[in-house]
Amino acid sequence: MLAYVLRRLAGAVAVLWAAFTVSYLILYLLPSDPVAIMLDQGAGGERVDPERVAELRERYGFDQGPLQQYVTLLGRTLTGDLGTSISSGAPVSGLIADAFPETAKLAGLALALALVAGVGIALLASWTRAAWLRDLLLALPPLGVAVPGFWVGLVLLHLFSFTWFVFPAVGNEGFASLVLPTVTLAIGLAAVVAQVLSQGLREAWRAPYVETAFAKGSGRARVLGAHVVRNGSLPTVTVLGVLVGNLLGGTVVVETVFSRQGFGRLVENAVTTQDIPVVQGLVVVAAAVFVLTSLLVDLVHPLLDPRVLAGAHGRTGGGAR
Amino acid sequence: MTRGLALLRTRPAALVALVIVVLVLAWALVPGLFTGQDPITGVPADKLQAPGAAHWFGTDHLGRDLFSRTVHGTSLSVRAALLAIGVALVAGSGVGLLAGFLGGPVDDALMRATDVLLAIPGLLLSLAVVTALGFGTVKVAIAVGVASVATFARVMRSQVLRVRHATYVEAARLAGAGRGAVLLRHVLPNAAGPVLALAAVELGAVILAVSALSFLGYGATPPTPEWGSLVAEGRDYLAVAWWYSTLPGLVIALFVLAVGVLGRALTRETRTDR
Repeated sequence: MLAYVLRRLAGAVAVLWAAFTVSYLILYLLPSDPVAIMLDQGAGGERVDPERVAELRERYGFDQGPLQQYVTLLGRTLTGDLGTSISSGAPVSGLIADAFPETAKLAGLALALALVAGVGIALLASWTRAAWLRDLLLALPPLGVAVPGFWVGLVLLHLFSFTWFVFPAVGNEGFASLVLPTVTLAIGLAAVVAQVLSQGLREAWRAPYVETAFAKGSGRARVLGAHVVRNGSLPTVTVLGVLVGNLLGGTVVVETVFSRQGFGRLVENAVTTQDIPVVQGLVVVAAAVFVLTSLLVDLVHPLLDPRVLAGAHGRTGGGAR
Repeated sequence: MTRGLALLRTRPAALVALVIVVLVLAWALVPGLFTGQDPITGVPADKLQAPGAAHWFGTDHLGRDLFSRTVHGTSLSVRAALLAIGVALVAGSGVGLLAGFLGGPVDDALMRATDVLLAIPGLLLSLAVVTALGFGTVKVAIAVGVASVATFARVMRSQVLRVRHATYVEAARLAGAGRGAVLLRHVLPNAAGPVLALAAVELGAVILAVSALSFLGYGATPPTPEWGSLVAEGRDYLAVAWWYSTLPGLVIALFVLAVGVLGRALTRETRTDR
């Protein structure tokens, strides 16, 4: 067990380091001149001060070779210093720390709602013997995956804020302002949960132990609860890391639609102003959230399915897709 | 072909989906055939009119016909989605082909790299690329494509591994064909089916991602119509003009749904082929 945990921890650290590297490659090496982009946006079209150019070049290490730059940035990031925002001058880690609680609340609620709805749909579809109900329920996930999140948000806003005046249209004030963003964010996620879970359950129903359980006199509900769910839910557990990552991506759109402050809004602002240090900080933090969730899932996985530990000496299937 | 027709007869949903996809593709190719109204210059006197016989989707705040703007915006949005799929397909297949065919340390290195791409949430990865490249529909399309490279690489690699030791591949080797020739003439064609099916399935997700980035304002510059930016423009008129955001968004949703239905039908086909 200890070896398994240690291997997973080492893997998580490696992925995090690699995510930093990829974001460095994209953000600092892809543009012809990152400093020009930074100043272009920060100055708002004014004449660029050559002293400022020199200062930025030194600050971000552009006067050195790419490898040295990279090492400088990595070293700073390891000490928790993600650099400073070009447009506001504030430390990136502070910006992210300020934005995170609001988004964590929203994402947490959306995840909970998506799990309840997705699991509910899959279980009911798996349990019912009425073909029309099953078909209806299984038609929902493809629909949920197809509707654009930004569109759902606007339609909900139109109906509940501008027509019936049930919920406030904008802002972070109180629980009422959380309802519509949560629902918007949860729909796509619930659809994926329902799809993966009902697929897993469908396969589990075909297993021989189901027949054995029926033969021993168990009812349909008991077979579903005690055998099918336990075995059929494993694929859903393993995609949880990906889902939480997508959830953070989804907040970019949802927080923009509902004009909420938070992680997603910070992303939107940073990309619009091409604030490279902020974008990199956000990408690294999002990858960290994904890695931590996957790690958590990996650590819980053996409790649900002890075979994982037995097979751990051979190949390891990652937590991703 | 005949099997394809039979599939459509037994699955009415696939037929409806096909009609929608063909119609939208026709909008993209010959928008002038479906609407005679100007998508760029409007009639200010007709601003914010509700949907009716004269304007099927109503008009926007400048009096432009929204149906016309949606139809004319199709071309840009669909081309962007196809470009994104192209980027993901070519780059991802290349990586997967090399990883699966060469094996060993090359395989390990390439697959670790795709693991990392999967660790960064897709939308954020696209946004990072947009930050570096700048704004515009083509750049948005490339950014969305980059975010899907890893998925294609994985599927291609698994297909190559399946095909690599097939009898006909060994036979070609023994007959003296070079590695490159074997790769291109035998491995690639036989591994391509599921990868192309994946492209069809991913197309819907890619359209949503492109629209989302265009909704956020990183796509085409106004007044050029584009699906996502049309929905975004309607944001400020939600209280007074429900149709402004709703109807273009509905078109996106229907098209993505239709593409998804067809993509899944196609996946089932390639699966039974084996």
